Amino acid sequence: MNKRFMSILIPILFFYAQNCFTNDEPVKFKNILQEEQYYNLLEEVRCLVCQNQSLADSNAPLAQDLRNEIYEMVNSKKNNNEILDFLVKRYGDFVLYRPPLKKNTWLLWFGPFLILIIAISIGIIVIKKQIGDK
Amino acid sequence: MIRYLLPLTIFLGITVLFIYGLQNDPRYIPSPLINQSAPEFNLPTLHEPELNIKMDTLKGKVSLLNVWASWCAACRIEHPILNNAVRNYDIKLYGLNYKDSRSEALIWLKDLGNPYIESAYDKDGVVGIDYGVYGVPETFIIDKQGIIRYKHIGPINNEQFDNIIMPMIRNLEEEK
Amino acid sequence: MIPELGHFTLILALAMAFIQSSFPLVGATIANQTFMALARPVARLQFFFVVISFFILVYSFLINDFSISYIANNSNTLLPWYYRFSAVWGAHEGSLLLWVLILNIWTIAVTYFSRGLPEYFVARVIGVMGLISAGFLLFMLFTSNPFERIFPIPLDGADLNPLLQDIGLIIHPPILYMGYVGFSVAFSFAIAALLDSNLDTTWARWSRPWTLLAWIFLTLGIALGSWWAYYELGWGGWWFWDPVENASFMPWLIGTALIHSLAATDKRGIFKNWTLLLSICAFALSLLGTFLVRSGVITSVHAFATDPTRGIFILLLLGVFVGGSLVLYAFRAPTIKAGGKFKLLSRETFLLLNSILFLVAMLTVLLGTIYPLIIEALNLGKISVGAPYFNAVFVPIMSPLVVFLGLGVITKWKQDNLFQLLIKLRYLLISTLFIGITIVLVFFENHQLKTSMGIIAALWISLTTFYSFYLRLQNKKNKLAAMLIIPRSYYGMLLAHLGFSVCIVGITITSNHSVDIHERMKIGDTIEFSNYQFNLRDLKEISGPNYKATEAIVDVKKNETLITTLRSQKRIYTVRDMPMTEAGIDAGFTRDIYMSLGEPLDTESWSVRLYHKPFVRWIWLGSILMAIGGLLAILDKRYRTAKQRKKSIIVNNEVVS
Repeated sequence: MNKRFMSILIPILFFYAQNCFTNDEPVKFKNILQEEQYYNLLEEVRCLVCQNQSLADSNAPLAQDLRNEIYEMVNSKKNNNEILDFLVKRYGDFVLYRPPLKKNTWLLWFGPFLILIIAISIGIIVIKKQIGDK
Repeated sequence: MIRYLLPLTIFLGITVLFIYGLQNDPRYIPSPLINQSAPEFNLPTLHEPELNIKMDTLKGKVSLLNVWASWCAACRIEHPILNNAVRNYDIKLYGLNYKDSRSEALIWLKDLGNPYIESAYDKDGVVGIDYGVYGVPETFIIDKQGIIRYKHIGPINNEQFDNIIMPMIRNLEEEK
Repeated sequence: MIPELGHFTLILALAMAFIQSSFPLVGATIANQTFMALARPVARLQFFFVVISFFILVYSFLINDFSISYIANNSNTLLPWYYRFSAVWGAHEGSLLLWVLILNIWTIAVTYFSRGLPEYFVARVIGVMGLISAGFLLFMLFTSNPFERIFPIPLDGADLNPLLQDIGLIIHPPILYMGYVGFSVAFSFAIAALLDSNLDTTWARWSRPWTLLAWIFLTLGIALGSWWAYYELGWGGWWFWDPVENASFMPWLIGTALIHSLAATDKRGIFKNWTLLLSICAFALSLLGTFLVRSGVITSVHAFATDPTRGIFILLLLGVFVGGSLVLYAFRAPTIKAGGKFKLLSRETFLLLNSILFLVAMLTVLLGTIYPLIIEALNLGKISVGAPYFNAVFVPIMSPLVVFLGLGVITKWKQDNLFQLLIKLRYLLISTLFIGITIVLVFFENHQLKTSMGIIAALWISLTTFYSFYLRLQNKKNKLAAMLIIPRSYYGMLLAHLGFSVCIVGITITSNHSVDIHERMKIGDTIEFSNYQFNLRDLKEISGPNYKATEAIVDVKKNETLITTLRSQKRIYTVRDMPMTEAGIDAGFTRDIYMSLGEPLDTESWSVRLYHKPFVRWIWLGSILMAIGGLLAILDKRYRTAKQRKKSIIVNNEVVS
């Protein structure tokens, strides 16, 4: 039924039992490109504690730490690939909300279009067939 | 009739998948660090801030690295098991005190006993990030060459210690 | 004693459900009038018992009976009475009871509004609904009894999740469930039709108003959920592609295909097989949603406790209902004769193509939702599939749907002339592109490509819709009289399609042109953002019935004139010690200004987030228009009285044959 019970409640009782208030200090960038890069990245990364939130939305302390790391990396002019690589090395592909195109995600990325082509072709064949049999 | 069976086939496929899915824990995330060199660190020790402990210290013998904190309720459940383990077995157990207050961590060890040879003090959780820590407590088994061979997330119970952790340590010790 | 009474009436309801499903179904097969006649009274009796049980749970919540474990976990003496009421469906057990109650509401509606239908058909419909009810009552009694006692009795309860302490959560679940569960009626009609030895298209006409009504509720339910997430979660998002959202979106996609396909089956006697399959599919997806949410197979923000036996039980129900009906379908579908013929260039073609596209869209959402599960089951690792994936894949799949929709409404039934169609299209296409591109160039500076695609799509839908209206009136002398003759369902279609384009405008502009900032503010500070000045006038400490809060009062000015005053709160719910943000929103037709108070940074400063969200209201406005469109279609004279219905069936059959 209802939707998001924010996971700050569910992090299984033993993980992060501490209810800590995150340091919510606004971050500032020197240029707008870096700011965009930073906020876009936060949307792409899944928080490991509140597992159904992106880093942008999560209040978990670990999310705050990771935001800081990403902030530092963006500031030191690392590109998106380098930053996401840093995270994947530590937490695995799980942190990426946009799964990378690999052998095991081939079906995920191309499947919908494959289904689209097959389904539309079947539809057209069925229509043509019913025109034919009189 | 074959094409009318297609919906049923797809449905059965999905159902089989769900039966598998019910047996997995969706929150468990395998670590990409398994069989990789344990990330280097150089941190002050918990007891003596001016002394440092490095990853190299752990090499040479199979060791356990346990990530803990005094604010972590589950660590309190796990602690007696670790105390027992070091009493009963010859294991090298190190601690990584994660995002904690030094004074509270010290009181915690004083009250509950200190099973660790040494605890590294990771105040800002930087080393924690390098180790991909996301749910305290976590325990790593690191072999003689300093390679992470196993990671346990959440508190270890007695059964897991005897049936998973200890056999793994024994096996690794037999490696050259 | 009272909770035991609630438990007992559930058992009685189960007994009724068994009678309701067995006798009428058997009776319809062996033509036993007495057995069939049992359907209505027993269904009403079951409804009666479920209602008693439900009100006992409500009553126990209102009197704070913490000896019931469910209440102890989800309520508190400090909780205001209206939230104690809505807490009934705040977690797994109670929401399951709501599920069963709503199924019974639909069943009882069927018993009253089915007088013109043949007795054996009604017996089957009610019988199938009884089976579903029995399944869920068994599930509840075996794994999720809401009346279970605990001992020792706690002095106070653990409180309702603060996120649910909100007006949106009082109304969202019942409405959503009305939609979800409402598809059980379409499902039962389809099963009854499949069990019928001479299957024609009359069932489609009977099923249509029910299916439309369920679809209306589902549309409103999803829109409400999205609106609630928008204001309650405090970061201005309105759709997250969370598994639970997907669980409600998938039946909606199929339901939308279904209402169109049903219309074609009803009017033209075509797509019978396909409509039956969609009817089964829509309800199957409702059940699948229930499984995903309650089994713990997928991590979701949803906190329904996860107990493996529950997962197995729902999977079993899913297997019985969906598996069983698909087996029945596989046997019966090949014997169903195709209806009226149509050429490749006809409205039927576009209807069918769009129906297929909705199915593909649903399969895409399903694939994304369960893909992590597939990968893990095959031991290929652990991945996440989130909003960036869905946004990337969903839009290209939906684009041809928009094109076909426009073509469909201006194409004739059976067959059309390509040349004539191209002539009609000429001005439509040019004006759509011209207006669309002009709007984007004049009003938007960035993301022009994406924005123009959305705007053009919306314009295409609305212009073709208006054009079809024009075509209908074109050759009529007295336009006004002609407008009155046009059936309501046609107006419903117009309105729903316009609603869809309004939705697209909202989604396109909000997604591409929302801006936000995150700032540190203390009393007296002014921030310039998006051509507005935000002045933090005051910070107030407030204490509510079960929370403490800090409220920020911000005056919003534009060119020195006061536009509005926003109030946003940071609350701490004391029982669970959980922080919540109450956003301050100034809603407008073309933009929302949205403020959410962050955390205190030092003794006098707070972090504050400000959002400017253009056209966000259009998303919900469009949904409401779609729902009203559906309502108009239900009110069509076509479904009025039994006599008229029979007459028109005969007429319809003649047309078809």
